[in-house]
Amino acid sequence: MYNDKVMEVFKNPQHMGEVENYNAIGTVGNEVCGDIMQITMLIEDNVIKDAKFKTFGCAAAVASSSTATGMIIGKTVDEALKLTNKQVIEELEGLPPQKIHCSVLAEDAIREAIENYQQKNK
Amino acid sequence: MEKIYLDHAATTPLSEKAFEAMKPYFTEVFGNPNSQHVYGREGAKGVSYARETMAKAIGAKTNEVYFTSCGTEADNWAVKGAALALKEKGKHIITSVIEHPAVYTTCKQLEKYGFEVTYLPVDGEGFVSVNALEEAMRDDTVLVSIMFANNEIGTVEPIKELCEAAHKHGALFHTDAVQATGAVHYNVKELGVDMLSLSGHKFYGPKGVGALYIRNGLSIEKFMTGGEQERAHRGGTTNVPGVVGMAAALDDAISTIEKDNAYVSSLRDRFVQRVLNEIDDILYNGAKDAQKRLPNNANFSFRYIEGESILFSLDLAGISASSGSACSSGSLEPSRTLLSIGVPVGTAHGSIRFTFGKHNTMEQVDYTADRLVEIVARLRAMSPLYKK
Repeated sequence: MYNDKVMEVFKNPQHMGEVENYNAIGTVGNEVCGDIMQITMLIEDNVIKDAKFKTFGCAAAVASSSTATGMIIGKTVDEALKLTNKQVIEELEGLPPQKIHCSVLAEDAIREAIENYQQKNK
Repeated sequence: MEKIYLDHAATTPLSEKAFEAMKPYFTEVFGNPNSQHVYGREGAKGVSYARETMAKAIGAKTNEVYFTSCGTEADNWAVKGAALALKEKGKHIITSVIEHPAVYTTCKQLEKYGFEVTYLPVDGEGFVSVNALEEAMRDDTVLVSIMFANNEIGTVEPIKELCEAAHKHGALFHTDAVQATGAVHYNVKELGVDMLSLSGHKFYGPKGVGALYIRNGLSIEKFMTGGEQERAHRGGTTNVPGVVGMAAALDDAISTIEKDNAYVSSLRDRFVQRVLNEIDDILYNGAKDAQKRLPNNANFSFRYIEGESILFSLDLAGISASSGSACSSGSLEPSRTLLSIGVPVGTAHGSIRFTFGKHNTMEQVDYTADRLVEIVARLRAMSPLYKK
């Protein structure tokens, strides 16, 4: 059901874990639905210096979080906020229809983390 | 990489004996068994052999065995056929919450047509209680359908006692024996059941063929209407190679059942012991008493991680198992069976079923346990829920 790219990312996910001295954290999803994504970031001068993910979920959820996390490292906060789930899907060369929500979850987790940072630094 | 197949509850490879028995019926003995000429008579001989063999294997009379296209058809026929035949007498049916969809969704469909269905709960190991059945019986209860053994957790139900309870209150009793057949050596007369469904490919027979036992004297409505096949009870040209292969497979399975069960359960027991010893925060789902559990079945819930990612990680290591979570089939709902035995919904998402077979080896069991320990550790390190 998954393409080779998704399986490859699932097999060797990048940016897994928690950023040691993170100043932004976003957690979305819930255990009942079977998907939880957590993204931690270190933001300095409005730039995402580092980001890492932790995911409870299916192969698509792991691949989406790994890919989305990779796509925002080095980006400004504004650029990261523009990341859409469609771009994550493109990067993964497609997801099965019933797994699209996994890419949405990744987008939401990034937004949540940035909001968390902005709340703290108002 | 070696491929390891641990999904025998989904399907089994065709046995050599079944394959050999089937071969002539694809080519030289191709006649329609209902034709009057010599080709037809040769085909009919195959069907007769199959029916006699099947009847002997389950303790039925030859004219009590009806061939179908699969286990699901047999279940549909039994439940709908009995409900329709008895609807003037009553419209109440009793089944369980852990039935296979072949029975469960059939009951749901009957509800739309005015039947009332009681779904009996199960205990923490998946057992239906005889007392609960007695209490649920009503004057208008016409049919009780309880599975012989559960497909996910392997729990073997007390069919004889449940059947007696149904009969005491004047209802028919059907059992879905799709998972039990070939693993439990039963006799329909000793069980006392009125109807029993089975499927060829669960006991090293071919796919696309099943059977329904209907006790003599019982008349249920037709499901597949058509010609005069199956003594005018089930239309459709008989799948001659299929029924021959199913019969040869069951005959073979029954002749070695004790030896095979001892071997398969030794693989399962070693696996379960290793997994319980080497992985913490897990649930072993289903009957704890090995005598009341299918010999091939092991089902675990791994806390903090999700079933599909375990399944795909196993697949990448060459191991084919099955996810208790329906996630991979497009539904986000975890298993109805696991929720029914009290597995919390989040934990139910992290469930895997391993079902062993007679071609598996102890080396494969150890390889799988080794990989599983690594996979669970890796996925837990990735999980935001795991805090150790």
